[in-house]
Amino acid sequence: MLKNYFKIAIAVLKRRKFFTFISLFGISFTLTILMVLAAFIHKVVGDDYPDTKRSRSLFVTELQETGMSQGGMSSASGAPSYWFLNKYAATLKSPEKVTLFSSSRGTNTYVNNKKIALYYKYTDATYWDVLDYEFLEGKPFTAQQVLNGEPVTVISDDIRKEYFGSEGSVVGKYIEADNVRYRVCGVVKSFPIISYMLYSDIYLPFTVSKTSYNDRSYRGNYNAILLGRSSGDLERMHDEFESVVKKLPTSDKVYQNLYCHAKTYLEAYADMGNEGKSGVNFAIIVVSIFTLIVMLLPTLNLININITRIMERSSEIGVRKAFGASSSTLAYQFIVENIILTLLGGLIACVFSFIIMKLLNSSGLIHHLDLSLNWFVLLIGLGIALVFGLLSGVYPAWRMSKLHVVTALREQ
Amino acid sequence: MIQLKNVKKVYRTATVETLALSDITLNVERGEFLSIMGPSGCGKSTLLNIMGLLDAPTNGEIRIDEEKTDRLSDKQLANFRNRKLGFIFQNYHLINDLKVLDNVELPLLYRGGVPIKRSKLASEALFKVGLSNRMKHFPTQLSGGQKQRVAIARAIVGNPEIILADEPTGNLDSSMGNEVMEILLNLNKNEGTTIVMVTHDENMARKTHRLVRLFDGAQVQ
Ligand SMILES: Nc1ncnc2c1ncn2[C@@H]1O[C@H](COP(=O)(O)OP(=O)(O)OP(=O)(O)O)[C@@H](O)[C@H]1O
Ligand SMILES: [Mg+2]
Repeated sequence: MLKNYFKIAIAVLKRRKFFTFISLFGISFTLTILMVLAAFIHKVVGDDYPDTKRSRSLFVTELQETGMSQGGMSSASGAPSYWFLNKYAATLKSPEKVTLFSSSRGTNTYVNNKKIALYYKYTDATYWDVLDYEFLEGKPFTAQQVLNGEPVTVISDDIRKEYFGSEGSVVGKYIEADNVRYRVCGVVKSFPIISYMLYSDIYLPFTVSKTSYNDRSYRGNYNAILLGRSSGDLERMHDEFESVVKKLPTSDKVYQNLYCHAKTYLEAYADMGNEGKSGVNFAIIVVSIFTLIVMLLPTLNLININITRIMERSSEIGVRKAFGASSSTLAYQFIVENIILTLLGGLIACVFSFIIMKLLNSSGLIHHLDLSLNWFVLLIGLGIALVFGLLSGVYPAWRMSKLHVVTALREQ
Repeated sequence: MIQLKNVKKVYRTATVETLALSDITLNVERGEFLSIMGPSGCGKSTLLNIMGLLDAPTNGEIRIDEEKTDRLSDKQLANFRNRKLGFIFQNYHLINDLKVLDNVELPLLYRGGVPIKRSKLASEALFKVGLSNRMKHFPTQLSGGQKQRVAIARAIVGNPEIILADEPTGNLDSSMGNEVMEILLNLNKNEGTTIVMVTHDENMARKTHRLVRLFDGAQVQ
């Protein structure tokens, strides 16, 4: 039966080439946009280098305090401090490991009088266990080196090229930043800045930081990753941290509420800076609305074309009914035909999005971007093509199946 | 085989009401070849459509093969038509996007069954109408007579007990018309298929067992 639907679908498509071209163009154009978007989202939220253990990690990146005072709302938010995280997150029992690291900050350095902008980040030694950085040479700094406050650094492949040129090994050489010379102990593979939480050019032991990391204020510029043994630990880690934070007093009496949560990567990424509300729902709503808007026009266009095509096929509809097709069988046939069309559009969209991703990757707009046509993107594409086929097929199919046999046969 | 009792059909539109059939009571025997004649607009097609369960009467009752048909659902009607009835139309109504063989297979699609068996039955039906050599053609590549023979093959492929033909020779010249008529006569004689045919041609009607004449929606003979 499916084979027959396929035959007639292809024949119908061939009959009115212009209509077919318009529909296919609309479908594949829309799907291409959505598939490239999906590839981006997958890059952002998927387990990805160097953060391959994302699915069993929780992130503490925000601390917010709010309060009502003298008729006004006061609120303060930002990253927590090293002191706060070290006292309340690093001491949790449920995570296997906890790493603390600062947000990346920019500075300049000079080599041969050429200015190089670079990002630096302070980390502990556990950082290198929790995350899966690929070392092109050398190794991470050790817990002992961190304890001693040794001026050592792990640098990215990008900065190795930029700072040292393309000469061979750089382990043991020195790189200068903010007038301090750091000895390079390792070089790691670079990744796109989309993973902004982890992105940096040079990584330093947090003990070399000039600002006091023992400052006893709640807010600072540190993040924590709580690593569980499996994704099953997430809930336990979340609850434990939650119960610790609940007992804490606010940092100042103008505030009545203290919010600081251990979140999944997606939640942390999608955050709006308001700890009371979930950013994920908002992000999902935004993406859905965008998808709907992008799909609206081609869907309406396809519905229109489909209705025109039905009128052309009234003789066929009459004959099929006369020879034993029920209304529901006919509707089913038509929906399947339409899905074949949208899947065809999906196939073309695969080619388009492959090309566009290659172009984006090589354009250098975002360094080290490597969007790919992976299973996630293909699955999304397939899903959207199916939804598309259903949306634009159901109404015309329903109209078609309601056509009276005798009327259908009389029209020519 | 087909029993109509006090069948009445009124077409209502916003402005007019047309009485297409006034009060028809008619019995078609098993194995009978019946022809229906009458002036244009007298209700011949309407009568045939009602016999074929393509249209419902306003009043009255239709039994086919002793079975009452007024309570059947859309699905049951479809199934009933598929098993018992074959249709032939004046303007063929072949699906131009499908090859001849696929056109003939069509009724079998709605019966389930294996594809190989379907195409075997379809080629046998095409053999019966003398079109074995045109199976891979498209309908647009055929003459009118050939198209109508394909339509006959499609009507008989499912081996129905009844064939309803609405002016099957109406669009054909006399020699092609005779060919088609010959096939129908043989079908009736050899396979015992009950046939009801609407025609404008006295010569064709004379070859059948019985003639019913309609005038203004009523049976006059
Ligand atoms: N769907 C309809 N709506 C309104 N009136 C209709 C409809 N179908 C048929 N009629 C009317 O019913 C009457 C019978 O029509 P029918 O098609 O049965 O005639 P016929 O005998 O087959 O004519 P012809 O020889 O021209 O094919 C005609 O007056 C026609 O105008
Ligand atoms: Mg007629």
